[in-house]
Amino acid sequence: MILPYFVLLPLLAAFLIALLAGKKDDWAIALSFMATLSILALSVFGFITMREQTFTYAMSGWNIPIGICLVQDALSLFMLFMISLIALTSLCFSVQYIRHLAQDWKYYALFMLLLTGMNGVVVTGDLFNLYVFMEIALIAAFALVAYGCRAEEYEASFKYAIMGGFSSSVILIAIALTYSSTSTLTLAGIAQALPGLDQRLVMWIAALFLVGFGLKAAAIPFHTWLPDAHSSAPAPISSMLSGVLIKALGIYVLIRLFYNVFNAPPLFMNLLLIIGSVSIMLGVFLAIGQWDLKRLLAYHSISQIGYILLGLGLATPLGILGAVFHLFNHAIFKSLLFYGAGAVEMVLGTRNLKKMGKLAHLLPITAGTNMVASLSISGIPPFNGFFSKLILIIAAIQAGHPVYAFWAILGSLLTLASFMKVQRYGFYGEVEHQKPNIMPGKLIHAAMLILAVICLLSSLFIVPGIREHTLDPVVDVINNKIHYIELVYGRAL
Amino acid sequence: MKDSHGMTPIVKTVTRVSVWLILLYGCYIILHGHLTPGGGFAGGVVIALAFLNVMLAYGKSFTAEWLNIRLLKDIEAASITLFLVLGLLGIAFGNAFLANFLGKGEMFSLFSSGTIPLFNIIIGIKVALSLFLVVWVLADIDSAKGGDL
Amino acid sequence: MILYLMCFALFLVGLYGLLTKRDLIKIILSSAIMGYSTNLFLVLFGYRRDATYAILTPNNSGQAMVDPLPQALVLTSIVIELGITALLVALAIRLYQKYGTFDITKMRSLKG
Repeated sequence: MILPYFVLLPLLAAFLIALLAGKKDDWAIALSFMATLSILALSVFGFITMREQTFTYAMSGWNIPIGICLVQDALSLFMLFMISLIALTSLCFSVQYIRHLAQDWKYYALFMLLLTGMNGVVVTGDLFNLYVFMEIALIAAFALVAYGCRAEEYEASFKYAIMGGFSSSVILIAIALTYSSTSTLTLAGIAQALPGLDQRLVMWIAALFLVGFGLKAAAIPFHTWLPDAHSSAPAPISSMLSGVLIKALGIYVLIRLFYNVFNAPPLFMNLLLIIGSVSIMLGVFLAIGQWDLKRLLAYHSISQIGYILLGLGLATPLGILGAVFHLFNHAIFKSLLFYGAGAVEMVLGTRNLKKMGKLAHLLPITAGTNMVASLSISGIPPFNGFFSKLILIIAAIQAGHPVYAFWAILGSLLTLASFMKVQRYGFYGEVEHQKPNIMPGKLIHAAMLILAVICLLSSLFIVPGIREHTLDPVVDVINNKIHYIELVYGRAL
Repeated sequence: MKDSHGMTPIVKTVTRVSVWLILLYGCYIILHGHLTPGGGFAGGVVIALAFLNVMLAYGKSFTAEWLNIRLLKDIEAASITLFLVLGLLGIAFGNAFLANFLGKGEMFSLFSSGTIPLFNIIIGIKVALSLFLVVWVLADIDSAKGGDL
Repeated sequence: MILYLMCFALFLVGLYGLLTKRDLIKIILSSAIMGYSTNLFLVLFGYRRDATYAILTPNNSGQAMVDPLPQALVLTSIVIELGITALLVALAIRLYQKYGTFDITKMRSLKG
């Protein structure tokens, strides 16, 4: 069984880093690279060989009604692949960027804990276990946001921690209500017990979960922490937070709970549609007026999360396909955009678009990859963002919601406008720059180039013939809804 | 916390006696974790409070001489690594992560219930040291001006 | 029922403090109160009238026991809250270093 190692390897790496690393960071870098590479390899291996099946793993040998179980299916393997891919490129980016800030092993230990938490949330099949892993990821994220030791970072981290504490309380109340009414914490067991309960209570529980995890996903009424936290963090952490953390802790859990446990109640699907469409529009409007590059990108995260929620709210197979595809694509291009912003910040020491100017000659690779990512996020063919948005729009029309389709197109146009502003002022502007004394190194370029290539390649996921082997198993898991119960109980032991 | 000389002689004298009793009680709770209420976490907190008592009564500089803080940090990292290694031994000798691989022993006796007392001891050490070190580090920050942790 | 309502009242006290207080330390305390109310809520679900503690000893085998699972969950969640509170206090101290005050209305490097 490969399942427990997704949690154990980064956890072991984190503690070994704390134990072995002296003053320098060589050991820390080596260990964290080893752990991340091995979970990337494991997730690719798992996805290729076991994507059609569902496995459970009973922790410490206690079977399902008593113990905690881990569940592995196409959706969790897909998420694990996405998380480890972004984590690997983030580590590549971190080596020079973090040495430029401070040479320290603590960063890598925290990074590994962040990875542990996210992997744990994705593999676990137990509600409280999910809560614990979520908190591990969040505490690591709070500390990493404040890593740069500037006043604004402390402030952002404080705000994030307070909001995170509030949402965790709400989630814990929901867990308490669930346990008291179903007497189990295994997700499959809860799904089994829910239809026999008073449906008003179920709706209340679902509403509490929606508030709690919606806050983690930064959907629009709960988004206030995101722009501060994501723009103040060091660039590789911004990309981890925006690229995968809000998806692993927010979107993934919402998918698992609302599809596989609550069986997609229509009321909440409509709520997701509304939250999604409001997020698309408000996020992009808030973004378009920003002059701080990372803040602009952070607001776009809200808007893109809106697209994913829109696809989920449609609750048709095509809508789910669009949502899953956009989930992956957003992780890739948003991380790439944050790397670009981080490289510029490292070289020029500014995030203000007005002060950037002519960077296309100074940083050709950064400018090029940033262009790819900008085209991708604003939905220009042949980049991946175009295809996922196209699927979402077609799905909205097919499901009989042309208004939402129009809304999504409008949001996409505004995204294009705001990224034209980024390109115009940020990379092809008038301000001339001297040769700076620090330039991005090979690893940073490698991280950006890998993601830029994936931006182009992942459009292929949608080609018939490849789609059946990549996205369709994931969509099946989501679309089968509470068939999840049989899958989990069928292969217990 | 600035005052490195600590509190009055009365407090110091009481602490000198009571700290060992508190430590003993913490060890008792940890060792009997699988038989009575309590366990690694509760006992660890008691031990951490014993250390904090010394820190409050005698001041930081005395505590820094009495305890080797650097060593404590290493033991803390080592204890949690040991926890994971024990869990991995569960995969090697048992059937799953954290599974029991020792004999279960006789019910209600001190040496029983397989690996659980070992995990209790490790958790006790970890909780005691991390709780103490958290307060130590927080007290170390000079709130008037900047400094590195 | 009255106990659950009082838990909810405690939660609202925490939420009120979180939303209205301007002092960092008071915000941290409000956040902690909110967490405690949630823990209390959770552990109350495990309570059974006239039941004994959920540990098997030679004296109490066979009696009705309270539900031990919420107690384990609450212990875990207390540890998590301990971690978050320690982190918040560290951040508050660092913010005090930067601004010389605990008043959040005087901290203005983030806006919008």
